[in-house]
Amino acid sequence: MSTTDRHPALTVDLGTEVARPVEGRSPWRLAWDRLRRDRVAVGCGVFIVLLVAVALLAKPISMLVGYGPTQQDRTGGITPDGLPTPPSVHHLLGTDNLGRDILVRIVYGSQISLAVGVGAAVAAVVIGVVVGLCAGYLGPAVDTVLARFMDVVLSFPFLLFAIALVTVAGPSMLIEIAVIAFFSWAAVGRIVRGQTLAIREKEYVEAARSLGAGNLRIMFVDVLPNLVAPVIVYTTLLIPVSIVFEATLSYLGVGIIPPTPSWGNMISDSQSFYQVAWWFLVFPGLALVLTTLAFNLLGDSVRDALDPRTELRG
Amino acid sequence: MVRFLIRRLLTGILVVWLISVIVFGLFFVAPHNVATLLLGKFAAQNQQLVASVTHQLGLDQPIIVQYGHFMVRLLHGDLGYSYYSHQPVTTLIAQALPVTASLAIGAAVIWVTLGVLIGVLSATRPRSALDRGATLFALTGLSFPTFVLGLLLLYFLFYRLHVAGVDFFPGGGYVPLTQDPWQWFVHLLLPWITLAVATMAVYVRLTRGQLIETLGEDYIRTARAKGLRESRVTYRHGLRAALIPIATQFGIDVATLLGGVIVTEQVFGLNGLGRMSVQAVTNSDEPVIIAVVLLAAVFVVVANIGVDLLYAVLDPRIRLS
Repeated sequence: MSTTDRHPALTVDLGTEVARPVEGRSPWRLAWDRLRRDRVAVGCGVFIVLLVAVALLAKPISMLVGYGPTQQDRTGGITPDGLPTPPSVHHLLGTDNLGRDILVRIVYGSQISLAVGVGAAVAAVVIGVVVGLCAGYLGPAVDTVLARFMDVVLSFPFLLFAIALVTVAGPSMLIEIAVIAFFSWAAVGRIVRGQTLAIREKEYVEAARSLGAGNLRIMFVDVLPNLVAPVIVYTTLLIPVSIVFEATLSYLGVGIIPPTPSWGNMISDSQSFYQVAWWFLVFPGLALVLTTLAFNLLGDSVRDALDPRTELRG
Repeated sequence: MVRFLIRRLLTGILVVWLISVIVFGLFFVAPHNVATLLLGKFAAQNQQLVASVTHQLGLDQPIIVQYGHFMVRLLHGDLGYSYYSHQPVTTLIAQALPVTASLAIGAAVIWVTLGVLIGVLSATRPRSALDRGATLFALTGLSFPTFVLGLLLLYFLFYRLHVAGVDFFPGGGYVPLTQDPWQWFVHLLLPWITLAVATMAVYVRLTRGQLIETLGEDYIRTARAKGLRESRVTYRHGLRAALIPIATQFGIDVATLLGGVIVTEQVFGLNGLGRMSVQAVTNSDEPVIIAVVLLAAVFVVVANIGVDLLYAVLDPRIRLS
């Protein structure tokens, strides 16, 4: 919003230089500007957008390549000895032990990774925020119960438990999301609880209370907006953790069930063949590492951008 | 101090007990039949056999009774028998524990010492090539899933070297320390690196951030003004204050350690607790699963009490009460 229209006096002629209108910028706007100037963040953002596009366009891409995600190319996709074939014109990234195109499978695998990664991270953050707010705001009795519960969840040997849960409930994508969210929310809850404990003592909360605002209103209208920055940072950093968690479950054979491709079960399949077919291990591994790296770097940049002290240090 | 310890021990026991109830409940609710699984193809032919095996295992009793039996045996140090190998669970754990302990302790030593050391080096030389390299290493290390790193290490350092005629790194397996210390070390080197790298990255970043902040404090200037050597200022005055959050982080990492151990043992074919528990889960071998989960929970609780005690050692101002 330019102030020039209202205060023509502010734009007096300063010689040849054109006076710049004073512009009011919100903290969000400042953070966004900082993020846009960060080349690493922009690069990672572009990578993630491309990845999402690839995941959404998996079907057209596989039609373009000419192979389906579970289609076995028995003529050109497997050697006479029954081994995977190396990258070639027909299969750009080679084939796996069943003659399936690795490129197409990686493309389809990105759907799983993104859906589970983002789904689990968002679910975990929502649960964590609600529980953390309740624990921090509703007083010592609620706090003791919830904080102790979070301690229990955090001291679970979670991977073992996740394996057990998936085995009991039967593997599926939704179960996977639920299990990952169940073991991730407590860390968010702890952070939100700590912040809430500090914020509830602030004067404006007291003011809201004396105006007659109810607990729910204070928690979600007065306290929650102050937690948005750490929550955004935590969500961006939780996505790669969830993606790795998903891949690990699939690798251990309790995630996405073959033949549906996921990066984890592809790498698991490659374990018996990596000595004769490096592409079978390296390309799905690369997809996984690049994706988590992009989210981690972006999360780091978002944290720096949201931290007003960054510029002083800069 | 003693009161603090007693209180922490009591809450620790409560946490472990809660976990035992949850694990027990989870597998009781599970829609599977151990007897059918055990008997395999015999089950279909003979329903009477299924019923008698179920009875022998005590699985036909109400859950409260089963849990009661379990607790009584547990308090006598008896964790029951594996449904599959028919060996006492305590024996199985005793066999697997040295493998896991070697793996976990070695990895922890590597990630703490190297992580803190690299963190200190990059904090004392901010913006140098070493600092940038360390930051890049930390972020890349954080993004490497354990099993991808393990398999890539196997491919390059075992297989590629093997093809090139160098057989330094073995392709997996475990040699007991008592049998051949050197082979023990060589066999565990790649698993240690695999398990340590991701966690080490966290320590590099943590140490660097903390130390940069601490080195800006007034008392550091005082220490320098006294004419202390720079190394003494960094390690005795600076690092000491930075160690508290590192200790906190260590407490957190102990809980996640078992996860890394499971994956690492799977990649390198080490028959430790992690591999044993994954097999137990896929076989519905409940006595083994419950024992491993309980053991891990006890371990986490003890480690966290240890970290709290460590606080008091690191910072005399912290009074345990």
